[in-house]
Amino acid sequence: MWRDALLVVGKDLRIEARSRVVVNQVAPFAVLVLLLFAFALGPDRSPMAHAAPGLFWVAVLFCALLAVQRSFAVESGEGTRDGLRLSGLDPAGIFLGKTAAVTVQLLLLEVLLTVGVVLLFGNGVRSVGALVLTSVLGTAGLAAVGTLYGALSSGLRVRETLLPLLLLPVAAPVLLAGTRAWQAALGIGTSTSGNPWTSVLVVFAAVYLALGCVIYGPLLEAM
Amino acid sequence: MDSAVLLRSAHATIGRFPALAGVDLELAPGELVVLEGPNGAGKTSVLRACAGLLPLTGGEGTVLGYDLRRDLVAVRPLVGYLGHAPALYDELTVSENVRFAVRAAGAASSAVPDVLARVGLSGRLARTPAGRLSAGQRRRAALASVLVRRPALWLLDEPHAAFDAEGRRLLSTVMCEARDGGSGVLVASHEPAEVLPLADRVVTMVGGRAQGSRRGGRRRVVPGGVHVA
Repeated sequence: MWRDALLVVGKDLRIEARSRVVVNQVAPFAVLVLLLFAFALGPDRSPMAHAAPGLFWVAVLFCALLAVQRSFAVESGEGTRDGLRLSGLDPAGIFLGKTAAVTVQLLLLEVLLTVGVVLLFGNGVRSVGALVLTSVLGTAGLAAVGTLYGALSSGLRVRETLLPLLLLPVAAPVLLAGTRAWQAALGIGTSTSGNPWTSVLVVFAAVYLALGCVIYGPLLEAM
Repeated sequence: MDSAVLLRSAHATIGRFPALAGVDLELAPGELVVLEGPNGAGKTSVLRACAGLLPLTGGEGTVLGYDLRRDLVAVRPLVGYLGHAPALYDELTVSENVRFAVRAAGAASSAVPDVLARVGLSGRLARTPAGRLSAGQRRRAALASVLVRRPALWLLDEPHAAFDAEGRRLLSTVMCEARDGGSGVLVASHEPAEVLPLADRVVTMVGGRAQGSRRGGRRRVVPGGVHVA
């Protein structure tokens, strides 16, 4: 399973490095989302700084949608879907590999978004470690649930519109817990500890990673 | 000797459409069988069923000893399926595509350069992204992905399509070598001039059923791809 996961993550990241869809399209989109939020909230920095964690995770959620759709678009090419099914790869390995590739891409985007949040919204950082931990856990959970629902919707003609409908409600716990944990890490409001929310992110990621390993095989058959 | 493929009254549907309506077919190891018949006769569906890509809804089927009703997934890595569309990632080079297919199957990738040279995709072409290749070159890359794995059963759907004359000779040679090496070879084709001289048997498909079988015009292959009667 782990060998197969490494093979798939290497393949997906190599494809992304060549196509540069995340760099040329998703990253500008993420920056645009932050800029539009900044315009919408006006020049007063106080509400902007307070809303920054939520805006960050909304932007990450939108980027996750695009990254997951791209991840399955490369498997919908001529014959590649059959090729993946015929490959002999462990479905759990494929799931973990695709999840890891989406996670890596989103984490790179989040570095850009974090810089944008600090520059645009004037936030300081109280705990870099908590910020990084929250981002990694939240992103892993988003990538896992995204990969699961991406596989579910990829075989359908309406996949582009169905994926957001399926994914956004299910990802709400990441949005909530990620925002609260980020508020604590940035020292916003009265929140002093993000630990309970970090635990929510751990549970969310663990549940969807485990679920994906178990049911990705049947989903692959339905693709 | 166990059959490479054994279908008995095999039924399969694509959605509600009956793709296979009671197919009886047997293919021995080391045998090359051609499926002929009009469009929609079920030739591709037979190949996809044998590859484990189309589940049987009725009847019986075994491929390389695996029951198609119970061990559908186990069959897949053992067969070499060359479908209408080559299973290639456009952004990866030819070499990367073939290496991915080989490593996914758990085989050693040391033979990849030799196989790419054999199908005429060595050097600069091996380093070219698959999306920039011509249709014939993509077909050669897909053939390399199958060839390098040395499958026990070859399932070829319109294999000569998009190949130039030299590519067709190469493909015919590869098919005969696979058969002579003990692999079963099942070919669906609308090009009788290319495949009938190689066939041990020809099975005619009509309406999702195998309607009849006759002897093919199998000939011996000598190095260089020339067929000698």
